[in-house]
Amino acid sequence: MQPVATTFFFYFLSGLALLGGVLVITRRNPVHSALSLILTLLALAGLYLMLYAPFVAGVQIILYAGGIMVLFLFVIMLVNIEKAGKEEQFNKIWAVGLLAAVMLGGLLVTVFVKGNALFPDRGMMLPPEESNTQAIGTMLYGNYVFAFEIASLLLLVAIIGAVVMAKKRI
Amino acid sequence: MVPITTLHYLVVAAALFVLGVIGVLTRRNVVIVLMSIELILNAVNLNLVAFSRMWGLHGQVFSIFVITDAAAEAAVGLGILIAFFRNKETVNVDDVDLMKW
Repeated sequence: MQPVATTFFFYFLSGLALLGGVLVITRRNPVHSALSLILTLLALAGLYLMLYAPFVAGVQIILYAGGIMVLFLFVIMLVNIEKAGKEEQFNKIWAVGLLAAVMLGGLLVTVFVKGNALFPDRGMMLPPEESNTQAIGTMLYGNYVFAFEIASLLLLVAIIGAVVMAKKRI
Repeated sequence: MVPITTLHYLVVAAALFVLGVIGVLTRRNVVIVLMSIELILNAVNLNLVAFSRMWGLHGQVFSIFVITDAAAEAAVGLGILIAFFRNKETVNVDDVDLMKW
């Protein structure tokens, strides 16, 4: 069954995501950038829902929009943004950086256009499985259990590292 | 009306990736550079989830690992930012030149 209005929602959510991305890299105030990034993250969660990935969409909203962005906003409050807002926003070699990024974009578009053999587009072949969350949980604790445990170790290291660096005197 | 295929999602992800690269390479504020890195990671996630429509759930599982990495990276990066701000009273990346000679 083909869902209705897929095309409209795809272009709507993609437009929101790209608008948020442009606002992130152009705003002078970091708080505005953070709020635009939240817009991008929510639009991407909508795109994940369109791709039949409800678990990833939920993780995106809870972890990214709820967790990481709150961390960003706290740090923005801790540092002095009034002084940074009055200074020059772009560094001296911004033209070189822009050129490099545009060339990277051109490379990606070239690969997508010419590389049909690399990306055999079979369309959306797989039917949506019965329970996305259950299937992902089975895979996390089955195939990927070692990577899962390593991820917990990584988070532990990150917590200790962040505390050590943010503390005044050890 | 053209049906929405995987290629459409790949193009959106590539655009987000390029926006993130532009932010990393041109902005001076470290907070916004870190947010641009989050944009890049999100573009990769969109690629992974789009491909998981074609080749099974492995892409979605991997995107969860990428989100975990993003959380760890944000915590460590912001810790470094706080330590740096305490020493030099600035948040500009081109003032981070202690190891330059």
